[in-house]
Amino acid sequence: MIIGDRKSLTEILDMIKDCRSILITGCKGCVTVCNVGGLKEVQVLASSLKIARKKEGKSIAIEENLLERQCDPEYIAELADVVHRYDAVLSMACGVGPQFLAEAYPTQKFFPAINTKFFGGATGHGVWEERCAGCGSCVIHNYDGLCPVSRCSKSLMNGPCGGSANGLCEISKDVVCIWDRIVKKKMEQGRLADLLTVMPAKDWSTSRDGGPRKSIREELTQ
Amino acid sequence: MDTFEPQIVAFCCKYCAYAAADLAGSMRLSYPPNVKIVQLPCTGRVDIFHLLKAIEDGADGVYVAGCLEGECHFLKGNLRARKKVEYVKRTLVELGIEPERVEMYNLSSAMGPRFAEIAREMTDRVRELGPSPVKAEAFA
Ligand code: SF4
Ligand code: SF4
Repeated sequence: MIIGDRKSLTEILDMIKDCRSILITGCKGCVTVCNVGGLKEVQVLASSLKIARKKEGKSIAIEENLLERQCDPEYIAELADVVHRYDAVLSMACGVGPQFLAEAYPTQKFFPAINTKFFGGATGHGVWEERCAGCGSCVIHNYDGLCPVSRCSKSLMNGPCGGSANGLCEISKDVVCIWDRIVKKKMEQGRLADLLTVMPAKDWSTSRDGGPRKSIREELTQ
Repeated sequence: MDTFEPQIVAFCCKYCAYAAADLAGSMRLSYPPNVKIVQLPCTGRVDIFHLLKAIEDGADGVYVAGCLEGECHFLKGNLRARKKVEYVKRTLVELGIEPERVEMYNLSSAMGPRFAEIAREMTDRVRELGPSPVKAEAFA
């Protein structure tokens, strides 16, 4: 799923400083699962913003809302009747949400309440880790299921680099060197010889380097 | 400020703090009437939102009172509650409000006197801090 973190209250308060009324809209998709933009987080943000305003002796009207998904126009359309009642809309979805909203309602102002970070999963309660960088041409079968694109700091196709020490990456003591894991897994599985094959440089044109991407499924288009 | 009587909301677990409040009553121990108690089946039930809502609606102080650490009926409810209290403290700091207005306490059902002491401690602390800057009446 898509993982993000909520922006600081300071940043959000600055975004909405001129607003007397806002709509906060969450999303039942990824951001609900990673506890950053679901119903509960909408309530917590609304209450925090009201506390901040009351502290300054000012008021703010906040409507709380939750959409099925903010990455599908049919759900965005559900806001048609309410979206213009407010000075602005704060979206708690990933970066897709406020963009779909802004495209659907061009005269309204939309602010992102979330910093969208990566594609990943939960590795423990309250902990999420990156697993995929959406490179557009998956190669993890060559690395026993461990992705060097998203999990090696240098996205090396042939590793490790000289910075790998004690299983950790040279960039930080908190970052595992995925190449250390790949080599160890290959050794455990008796497949170390696989690494004698030099992998060609990756074609990054399927990734962000090829510009904005699109996926068209002809059998579904109307 | 002499006349300031803080409004305090205490979220109390029924297995410990709430029972301790009962015991304090039967022992005829007095504690400040400023504290309004909300009974919970376990402090694990308390949500960040409940604590914030109390502050938003004008409480000068809020605390959660659960079982002694390691003695939660539901194993970890009180440890989770502590983390939520810490989150709310961080939120208050970010908003420029004293984090001491929110606190986590642990006690057992046999600690009636400790319940009264906590109520006094929190009331004194909040009286010292003064009225919450979030007071509803400040709100035009
Ligand atoms: S190789 Fe590319 S598509 Fe496959 S997991 Fe890594 S980043 Fe994602
Ligand atoms: S130390 Fe490991 S993870 Fe870090 S850049 Fe080098 S190979 Fe990649």
